[in-house]
Amino acid sequence: MSLLLDRLGQRIPDLYPEWTEPGTPPPGQPRLLTLERFMEEGAPAAAAVLLPNTANVLSLPASVLACPLLVLDYPAFADGRAYSQARLLSRNGRYSGELRARGGAVVYDQLRMLKICCFTQFLLRADQDDEACSLLLSSTATR
Amino acid sequence: MYRYNQQDQAGVDARVAEFRDQTARYLAGSLSADEFRHLRLRNGLYVQRFAPMLRVSIPYGLLSSKQMRMLAHIARKYDKGYGHFTTRQNIQYNWPKLETVPDILADLATVEMHAIQTSGNCIRNITSDPLAGAARDELVDPRPYCELTRHWATFHPEFNWLPRKFKLAFSATTSDRAATRVHDIGIHIVRNAAGELGYEVYVGGGLGRTPIIGQKIRDFLPEADLLSYCEAILRIYNLLGRRDNIYKARIKILVKEMGLAAFAEQVEAEWQRIKDGPLKLQAGQLEAMKAHFGSFHYDASAAADQSYAQRLERDSAFAAWTKRNLQPHRVDGYHLVFLSLKARGVAPGDVDAAQMDAIADLADRYSFGELRATHNQNLVLADVRQQDLYPLWQELVRLNLATPNIGLLTDVICCPGLDFCSLSNASSIAVAEEIFDRFESLDYQHDIGEIKLNMSGCMNGCGHHSVGHIGVLGVDKKGEEWYQITLGGSSGNDASLGDRTGPSVERAHIADAIQTLVETYLELRLNEDESFLDCYRRVGMPAYKRRLYPEAA
Repeated sequence: MSLLLDRLGQRIPDLYPEWTEPGTPPPGQPRLLTLERFMEEGAPAAAAVLLPNTANVLSLPASVLACPLLVLDYPAFADGRAYSQARLLSRNGRYSGELRARGGAVVYDQLRMLKICCFTQFLLRADQDDEACSLLLSSTATR
Repeated sequence: MYRYNQQDQAGVDARVAEFRDQTARYLAGSLSADEFRHLRLRNGLYVQRFAPMLRVSIPYGLLSSKQMRMLAHIARKYDKGYGHFTTRQNIQYNWPKLETVPDILADLATVEMHAIQTSGNCIRNITSDPLAGAARDELVDPRPYCELTRHWATFHPEFNWLPRKFKLAFSATTSDRAATRVHDIGIHIVRNAAGELGYEVYVGGGLGRTPIIGQKIRDFLPEADLLSYCEAILRIYNLLGRRDNIYKARIKILVKEMGLAAFAEQVEAEWQRIKDGPLKLQAGQLEAMKAHFGSFHYDASAAADQSYAQRLERDSAFAAWTKRNLQPHRVDGYHLVFLSLKARGVAPGDVDAAQMDAIADLADRYSFGELRATHNQNLVLADVRQQDLYPLWQELVRLNLATPNIGLLTDVICCPGLDFCSLSNASSIAVAEEIFDRFESLDYQHDIGEIKLNMSGCMNGCGHHSVGHIGVLGVDKKGEEWYQITLGGSSGNDASLGDRTGPSVERAHIADAIQTLVETYLELRLNEDESFLDCYRRVGMPAYKRRLYPEAA
């Protein structure tokens, strides 16, 4: 089970479980949708959006930027595209909700960089040492 | 030179601790080999054919004597007593033990050095003119600009996991000595018609499998916008560069596939959004950085010295050395002195620990305690009074560092080759030595004149073969070493890629082939002032081809 941490390294509950089943969940239930599905469903309220790291974050519709949580994806340890996506999203308050990193790069050795690049939530890769990661986040200052 | 402030030192120290921890986790089995590979590469550590290789960063090639002594110490304590200077002004050690690398990095940190970002898919060491600050032909000293860029690039949190490696080079003269046009970003510091300083920016150059000359993306970028513009380029590259194929992941391929205009448009749009933000250089910032460089007290009476002229008259060996291994200094009575690392029987770019210590002493005695590593894999003492040239030369002769061959045929650029590298197809060092033997006569070399012979053991092109006036590339044919030859490459302001002569040449005939090409040039040139490159550009390939492949004629 992967652990979700906030910027201070505190464990937090995942309020937006990924909705992968067919059919629509009960209205108003918080869930995580892919960008594609979010658009198909007409930008449902209380949904968070998972962006692929190929998405042009400067051309996202306002409905996406109004989401309470955006999740950026790191498909592999060494694929750093989402760092730039995070920078572009957080710049000048363009997006002010929670920004979560998930995937192969959300590991002890990259947490500091992720935090500096304005992520606010970190879904640790399953094999990580939770305590060490938590401690690292709590002691990392951002500039 | 630039000295670390507290924050710089803390950053480098923290990095040593971080890498020590990563190494321990890897050795304990809790960090995977693949992830450790990425992390160690970002600390300069490769695993090579026989042992790890550690590449230490020398920002824009500038070293203090104290740092040079540390490099000697490391060669002695952790390696086999020598180091290898590279084409990007760094130094490599070929035999460190993986477990000792954290200790090496800790030692380096005590003299404000490190191996951060010397490999891996991140922004690499910033390189520049090895004669910076002392050259007569420069517009301004490029090093303050390099150092500001180095600060921006080091530990940049967004650009540590790029599609591929990323190299920047600066030049501030009309005779590019930093090969800027074969860098991912090449920056020429220039003055516009209004007299303002700024930059001509080139993008998408690079060597390797698909050598490409960088294209000009901006005629004039204002001085204050250096970092924001680089950031815009890097951001577009990080987002759009290919990650599906390692051979198509450099920015040169992105620029080529998008087209320069479309790429430039995206960069421009991003730059407009950030140019007035925190990356904009403030006047005080640049001035403060400039104060770190070139504040030596030059001897006002240096030019009045008479002894130099007398020595020149009396000692022809000394005179021959001054003819080849000096460059004019901006201060009268001073000279830039090249220490040749291309002596007979020595792998190009190699220096042993005793030489390093001795060079450090010479730097202290004769050149304000500083020295530089050059793109051509030699060293430079940049500020030597003319009266000191003779005693310096005598010491250099004793150290085997006075071969008067700078810019000549035996001043080859060469990668480590089969002897060290797991990628290489060629024993480039042995071939370099054979060529050295063949053209040993200095009179003959002087007659041939300026020529760049660059040799790489494989397509990755560490020896810059594509931009050699003569380029030699090792290729593997059914387990045998063969060599492909190119002519007419250049990494100067008139940068060009060499043309292939035709079928590759076998190992036994490579020295003959080079001799044939040189002889052909000597027959074809208009006069002694027409260089190999100029002559080739005038007459073209067919004449050389006929001589190289007579059986095909």
